[in-house]
Amino acid sequence: MIDYSATELLVAVIARLLHGCRHVAVGAASPIPGAGALLARSLSGGEMRVTVLGSLKNNFFTSGGVELFDLAAEGRIDAFFLGGGQIDGQGNINLVGTGAYPASSVRWPGSFGSAYLYFLVPRVILFREEHTRRVMVPKVDFVSAPGVSEASVHRPGGPHALLTSLGLFSFDRDRRRFRLQSVHPGHSVDEIRDNTAFDFDCPADVPVTRPPEPGLLAAIRGEIRHEIAETYPRFAARLAGA
Amino acid sequence: MNANQIVPLQALAAAVPDGALLAVPKDSSGVAMAATRALVRRRVRGLHLLCVPTSGLQADLLIGAEAVATIETSAVTLGEFGAAPRFTAALRDGSLRILDSTCPAVYAALQAGEKGIPFIPLRGLIGSDVLRHRHDWKVLDNPFPPGDPIAVLPAIRPDLALFHAPLADRFGNVFVGRNRDLITMAHAAKHTLVTVEEITDDDLLQDAARAGAVLPSLYVTHVAVARRGAWPLALWDLYPDDEATLARYADAARSSDGFAQLLEEWLDAARAVA
Repeated sequence: MIDYSATELLVAVIARLLHGCRHVAVGAASPIPGAGALLARSLSGGEMRVTVLGSLKNNFFTSGGVELFDLAAEGRIDAFFLGGGQIDGQGNINLVGTGAYPASSVRWPGSFGSAYLYFLVPRVILFREEHTRRVMVPKVDFVSAPGVSEASVHRPGGPHALLTSLGLFSFDRDRRRFRLQSVHPGHSVDEIRDNTAFDFDCPADVPVTRPPEPGLLAAIRGEIRHEIAETYPRFAARLAGA
Repeated sequence: MNANQIVPLQALAAAVPDGALLAVPKDSSGVAMAATRALVRRRVRGLHLLCVPTSGLQADLLIGAEAVATIETSAVTLGEFGAAPRFTAALRDGSLRILDSTCPAVYAALQAGEKGIPFIPLRGLIGSDVLRHRHDWKVLDNPFPPGDPIAVLPAIRPDLALFHAPLADRFGNVFVGRNRDLITMAHAAKHTLVTVEEITDDDLLQDAARAGAVLPSLYVTHVAVARRGAWPLALWDLYPDDEATLARYADAARSSDGFAQLLEEWLDAARAVA
């Protein structure tokens, strides 16, 4: 059995979730999704393009900040990552704050591009390492972007998966619910239930999340660590110490 | 060129009236921090600050210095240095009005501004609390194939755009590199104020390799030289964030006293240079 870190597991899971994408974009302050996307690109044998915001080497954009959003509207971005200070069971995400808006008791930076990209990118992966009842809430205090929309609303995109430090969920857009897909090694379904304040579908047998294979681990510790260091040097240094 | 186009930093700061709708770029595009300190020194008040599409230290500093009445933004954060402390404090005590936006909405409204059209449609948004709280935004039915609701945003024409860039020429043309946001801002704004690291005698528009990345002087009201004018923020890949100073700010600005002390120190330093 090969040792791997919790971060390396998340990077490997993200790379698997991105299989088959033509173009993946990664937003600001997202080192683990960035590493996962670069790993997916490596596994694709050069078929996949990856745009890492904040990077000079892994960034095709020459038309300013608007280019990401125009590409998304044209269907030229297959996957993107969003997080949230709160995430609820209907896939709503809150990047603004808790309590009564606008005098929020806790104020986060703001919605960034979520109120748009969540509608337009087919495979939005919700990524939030902290898996607690204060994050996974029954109903978000502010909807930065809704998980689902009325049928009349133009919406080719939406939540595809929710990945946390405890497990991986898929999202069923018709049932408007998450479904637990796998539990990370060392954790349990009960632990996930205890730390999730919303209801979700859970099969009788939930598999354990597949650990990174030796080849994947070698890639993460070599090529990927080197590539992500351009944008996230401190994160890359921590990967090396894994 | 306009004879008064190249001015000292103080004159540039004096061109921002109280209550102006001021557009500023995100941290990676080139933030005019020296000019921002000059604005605080002249005690500017009542700004409507439009962040294109986000801001960090610049917005936090202006808010802490009581220069901002309204902020319109997709986010305010000090990035890896954490939350923007004066921004969050001002929202909590109700002294700052916020128009929460989303990045493509800021860009789209500026694009409507540069085209001189009254509004622009934008996908997404429907069903979000971002839209619900924006009483200036509406949802219309697509007039072409109906049954397709779409959000519409009024155009934004800032009174002023303000940014920092590495280079201008003596004709008032400004090199913006890949940072096309700066061009969109300047097109939409009534006036554009730019600080630069240096001014060259060459004509930037005569250099075919660079001309496509130049904001022509047509849009530029004033240019002022401010060496290390983005400090303590990075300027593109020309100089990095001053991490020690940013960490110190993030810590000090958690209290209004700590903020006031640090601001005093920065303004004193600015006075010494001026």
